[in-house]
Amino acid sequence: MATPRKNEKKTDAVKAASSEPDLGFTGESSWQYEPSLEGTDHLRFEKKYELFIGGRWVAPKSKKYFPTINPATEEPIAEVAEANAEDVDAAVRSARTAYDKIWSKLRPAERAKYLYRIARAMQEKARDLAIVETMDGGKPIKESRDFDVPTASAHFFYHAGWADKLDLAFHGRPYRPLGVAGQIIPWNFPLLMAAWKIAPALACGNTVVLKPAETTPLTALLLAKIFEEIELPPGVVNIVTGAGATGAALVAHSDVNKIAFTGSTDVGKRIQGAIAGSGKRLTLELGGKAANIVFADAPLDQAVEGIVNGIFFNQGHVCCAGSRLLVEESVHDLVVRKLRDRIATMRVGNPLDKNTDLGAINSKMQLEKIRGLVAAGEAEGAERWSSPCALPKKGFFFPPTFFTNVAQASRIAHEEIFGPVLSILTFRTPDEAVEKANNTMYGLSAGVWTDKGSKSFWMAQRLQAGVVWANTFNKFDPSSPFGGYKESGFGREGGRQGLSSYVEVG
Amino acid sequence: MMDLTTLEGKDTPGKVRALCRKALVPLASDPSIGPTAAVCVYPNMVPIAKHELRGSGVKVASVATAFPSGLSPLSIKLDDVRQAVELGADEIDMVIDRGAMLAGDYRKVFDEIAAVKEACGQTHLKVILETGELGSYDVVRRASDLAIAAGGDFIKTSTGKIQPAATPAVTLVMLEAIRDHYYATGKRIGMKPAGGVRTAKQALHYLVIVKETLGDAWLDPDLFRFGASALLNDVLMQLEKERTGFYQASADFSAD
Repeated sequence: MATPRKNEKKTDAVKAASSEPDLGFTGESSWQYEPSLEGTDHLRFEKKYELFIGGRWVAPKSKKYFPTINPATEEPIAEVAEANAEDVDAAVRSARTAYDKIWSKLRPAERAKYLYRIARAMQEKARDLAIVETMDGGKPIKESRDFDVPTASAHFFYHAGWADKLDLAFHGRPYRPLGVAGQIIPWNFPLLMAAWKIAPALACGNTVVLKPAETTPLTALLLAKIFEEIELPPGVVNIVTGAGATGAALVAHSDVNKIAFTGSTDVGKRIQGAIAGSGKRLTLELGGKAANIVFADAPLDQAVEGIVNGIFFNQGHVCCAGSRLLVEESVHDLVVRKLRDRIATMRVGNPLDKNTDLGAINSKMQLEKIRGLVAAGEAEGAERWSSPCALPKKGFFFPPTFFTNVAQASRIAHEEIFGPVLSILTFRTPDEAVEKANNTMYGLSAGVWTDKGSKSFWMAQRLQAGVVWANTFNKFDPSSPFGGYKESGFGREGGRQGLSSYVEVG
Repeated sequence: MMDLTTLEGKDTPGKVRALCRKALVPLASDPSIGPTAAVCVYPNMVPIAKHELRGSGVKVASVATAFPSGLSPLSIKLDDVRQAVELGADEIDMVIDRGAMLAGDYRKVFDEIAAVKEACGQTHLKVILETGELGSYDVVRRASDLAIAAGGDFIKTSTGKIQPAATPAVTLVMLEAIRDHYYATGKRIGMKPAGGVRTAKQALHYLVIVKETLGDAWLDPDLFRFGASALLNDVLMQLEKERTGFYQASADFSAD
């Protein structure tokens, strides 16, 4: 068909090396991209961050501090106070006082003004918030800059809008706030999770004690500085930093009316046990093992982008990550080949580089967990492929990886890895896709890729998942409720539905 | 990787000769900057370009097949092609029948391309889809698949007469068609975004798309061309800026 070209020779050389045409993506780029680093010199970190209680920065009664490190360099950024039960008690008392004396008496439109101010201040400080989020947690700057910070700000804007319109939210039924909300958030989206928790709580008239994760406390503390700056009344939001014991003290506190937790299913179960019989309200947003289902009639190149986004967004540290790829058997080989060529072009490295696609794994502990599960996958006979990309020598990094030949019974098919590791399984019919997708203890999210709208709806009706994305993945909006089925938790965050987690409806 | 192009009703031998000299020596003050890949003209201008470029390795591409609309009887289109080839064109840039494409007469589109390919003989064939008239990525993808299956050596976005011309998105869709063909057959089809690429920065974006979609093999004039005339001077301007540290005025670069 084609006239002979000088490139035909290269084709032959490649053909000799492998049985199928190979585009030659080796991970070694023939072009060196110049680093494009986000500057950090202008940031002034404090040596020590205290607890934010009653609108003031107070030293912990525990007298203890712990370092928070940059997972991309393994170097400490700052020391952070560790709150013990006494500190938590002070925070809850301050939240109670603020609830009784100020926040519950404020006109809803006034509450809205504060929320609008927070949202705007976050926009003004967006760049610094993004840089600190990336330094403290390891996620690529393009994600913290373009997703985490703007979406967090959007949550405050959205809930500011609800604050004086709650009469419309519950079908005309009377409602009242719960009181003091204890909120415990994870390390994967530190600022965004703080916004998901704080914004609806405040909009509905509650006050808050928030505990950020111990590996990523800094942006919540910057948020506290924003609260100071916009003159949020003292005690309306209190921030207590610390690890598991701090969270346990908050859960156990007798004057907390509601616990909202996002994190592992294991800890979620313990919290539910701990508050049983206490009358505290509870919402849990826990683990996931989402099926991303690709039909043969899907736009495959778009699906590949969705698969990549689904599992490698935030290094796979996403509870709703599309970590199980279910692909129709007739297109399995083609999809795997496209996926391999696509992943080989991804850049892993310094999270502050604007060209970085995958940043650092959040902590050494998480990196070891990922390595352990990948080793288990290999031991169970699944076939591993990892990008040949170079990894930085220092810091916690893991190459984007997928497994083929994964049995439904194997650990990597049902345990949450929470890292850049995809398990690929096949199905033959839509019924089988549904059956495999639902064959998990989790039920947070799912993705369906098909050019047939009717098939998307048919699937969505049958998938046991809080969110079903059609021809996209990891799309979030404050107006869209998010939450799980089964062991992925209960309660919804965002949207009108999310408001009911923070009010008593009569 | 650039095809310098002039396709205007007012093209004259003088204009074409000037363009050819620009193609041979883009920057008089720096002879190390090599010639462009090709010069693209109307059939009547082929002998002039051929004469001007003789022995240089710069190819002469001619548009044909009732360019730019393609709405003439097939026999006229084939004559157009044969005459351009006889006049010495190294490459033929044909247009597909967009009317037939949008009417769903895919066989007609396919058969015409196949016939043109036959009329070309050994002459290299680029198939212009005119993506700005196709309306959706689905149709662009289908037209790409047809053009490749019917024997096109290159697929090309646009005539330059319709807006939008080349865009990164439409280029990616066409590159994906090329990639799927390569996966299936091991054969490499070339790509030419034409029209709309005016700056060195835009060109870099396109090169990254090509590199990350198809790999290093396609970063070669045999498999990738920009159809552009404004691009060359912007690239020269950037090169001069790299060399001297200062931007020059556009008047410092010859228009053609």
